[in-house]
Amino acid sequence: MNPEVLRDVPVLETDPLLDDPATRIVVCCGAGGVGKTTSAAALGLRAAERGRKVVVLTIDPARRLAQSMGLTELDNTPRRVPGIDTARGGELHAMMLDMKRTFDEIVEAHADADRARAILDNPFYQSLSAGFAGTQEYMAMEKLGQLRARDAWDLIIVDTPPSRSALDFLDAPGRLGSFLDGRFIRLLAAPAKAGGRAGLKMFSLGMTGVSMVTGTLGKLLGTGMLRDVQTFVAAMDTLFGGFRTRADATYRLLQAPGTAFLVVAAPERDALREAAYFVERLHADRMPLAGLLLNRVHGSSAGELSAERALAAAETLEEDADGGAPHRLAAGLLTLHAERMRVIARERRMRDRFTALHPEVPVAEVAALPGDVHDLAGLRDIGDLLAAQPPVPQQR
Amino acid sequence: MVTGKGGTGKTTVAAALALALADAGKRTLLVEVEGRQGIAQLFETEALPYEERKIAVAPGGGEVFALAIDAERALLDYLQMFYKLGSAGRALRKIGAIDFATTIAPGVRDVLLTGKACEAVRRRDRAGAFVYDAVVMDAPPTGRITRFLGVNDEVAGLARVGPVHHQAQAVMRVLKSPETAVHLVTLLEEMPVQETLDGVAELRGAGLPVGAAVVNLVRPAVLDAADVTAADGVRAELAEAFATAGLGGARRGGKAQRLVDPLLRQAREHAERVTLEERQRAEIAALDLPTLELPLLWDGVDLAGLYTLAAALRAQDGHAVTGDLGGSSGGPGGGPSGAPDDDGDEREGAGA
Repeated sequence: MNPEVLRDVPVLETDPLLDDPATRIVVCCGAGGVGKTTSAAALGLRAAERGRKVVVLTIDPARRLAQSMGLTELDNTPRRVPGIDTARGGELHAMMLDMKRTFDEIVEAHADADRARAILDNPFYQSLSAGFAGTQEYMAMEKLGQLRARDAWDLIIVDTPPSRSALDFLDAPGRLGSFLDGRFIRLLAAPAKAGGRAGLKMFSLGMTGVSMVTGTLGKLLGTGMLRDVQTFVAAMDTLFGGFRTRADATYRLLQAPGTAFLVVAAPERDALREAAYFVERLHADRMPLAGLLLNRVHGSSAGELSAERALAAAETLEEDADGGAPHRLAAGLLTLHAERMRVIARERRMRDRFTALHPEVPVAEVAALPGDVHDLAGLRDIGDLLAAQPPVPQQR
Repeated sequence: MVTGKGGTGKTTVAAALALALADAGKRTLLVEVEGRQGIAQLFETEALPYEERKIAVAPGGGEVFALAIDAERALLDYLQMFYKLGSAGRALRKIGAIDFATTIAPGVRDVLLTGKACEAVRRRDRAGAFVYDAVVMDAPPTGRITRFLGVNDEVAGLARVGPVHHQAQAVMRVLKSPETAVHLVTLLEEMPVQETLDGVAELRGAGLPVGAAVVNLVRPAVLDAADVTAADGVRAELAEAFATAGLGGARRGGKAQRLVDPLLRQAREHAERVTLEERQRAEIAALDLPTLELPLLWDGVDLAGLYTLAAALRAQDGHAVTGDLGGSSGGPGGGPSGAPDDDGDEREGAGA
């Protein structure tokens, strides 16, 4: 922690957020590589040990982090995490999203056996469900909706997919939903039907327009693929409506008061730029933002010694040839301190730039750890660091 | 192709590589595919439009062009080129066909992005020389790279005939040829290294050419664990040394004495990290790939920093990155428009 940092921004207090029974969903979002999944896991563990019944939905966890929560296989079902402190009556469950399995389950649940088989065997479906753009985001939201509907947990913590861009996570579900329900796919599904009067009006293209579209697509993709798409769409007919409806429902669930978004970042330029973008986007979509979780922040308890003085002192000691090992070691310590102070200065610049743009966003900082987290103890430490934010300073 | 886990600095490395390859009068194209405008931000210019535009001049008169590929525009161009669609393009967009094709249809988006890059690789000027000596793509992250590059195989299987099928096959031939190299950017941290190991295995499994491992943000090891243990044993002497250097009194409670604890603690954290980093270095070495290291720039990467990193890339084994990623310069039947191939190769060899 940086006690000497002048904190003029509100502090994000995670414990009250996690303890509040009205908080039902916490969404961790942010750029890739900022410790999003680790944060989600640490928050889940802390909430569980403070008495809540929690499920953590992770998207693509690092192997050892998954192992730390007892997740060894991707089976798309929440598993109870052993080894947590249950003195306050809490429970921790965790699962890894299997997007193909999730998609398959939707098909199996909403179509009769023959039709489900036809869909699952369709090559177009197999490619779509195995993870092309948007599917992962859609399925993460789908799974979130399912978990919420089961109502077996009182807190769901979601890690978001490492999207191409910040937009995907909010947009892709609606996009896929509107595609699967949309008129274009209906046009593909039933060119003859669409060629009827209603279809003509609907597309304002006229008969030649319709056949031109399918004709062009046929030429472009090859009629084989077009046929696969058409078969797929015909088979999916019973599922239409459902996708869009559920995507819309999940979107509304995210806007509801029981949801809290945490934007996760590291004190680096790109991560904070992405974080600022998320903050703006969440605001525009009226999603409830709880605050910014800033991971890997460096501090020093010798902050009164500046980088410049430390470096000058290190040089003095290195030049003194008679100083022996203690001088060499002292110079090393000073060099490291100078580096630390420069890192702190850079991180502060980055953070200040963010808070200048978004002074209203509460921030919690988590100190940088030398290594990665592999076990519950490590996750617990992160939770402790998160909770131990310095108090809001009085005006000086 | 430059890939890497999120947060490893792959965009920065791609930009530095494009600069390094533009050395000695060559011309390179730096391509962005994820719509983040990361290149424009790095080069401190306004957002890139969907057109190739010069963004930097390399030492020795080389030029770096940049292009942010937009899948929707690429598709419309493509349709225009092959079908002279005209207003039908608008109709397709209106009913959602373009959106379908570029965002949802399996792989079409990735086909367009890789296809556009391959077109730039193969493009020649009127004299028959390649327009670009190298094309560098700031590619999707390691977790998606094999699927991204392999998409053309998959699409060629889905669209079994027709122009998309042929286009997909043509792109795949370029991507699997020795003209292509996929470089993986990593940090000396567990998760990025693990992702690099997984990524290399996947790329090799898919028959895609793996280039070099680029270790980014490397900090010098100032003290190791043994040093810290030794320092811990001479605390009084350390306080005296600090006092000698003018940092206050060495006696108990003096300013210099009070520095010993916090500085030792920082050194212990540093040594712990150095130990972890050595383990990660060993993991990377086991991959048996050419490996380059780029230093952490303490003040972050600005435009001047990019040139520093480009120089660092060139100063290390040129063949690891700049030799294999010759792009069109390795292609048959025509040299690049700038310096002849052979000269370039000799120079790079000498620098190795």
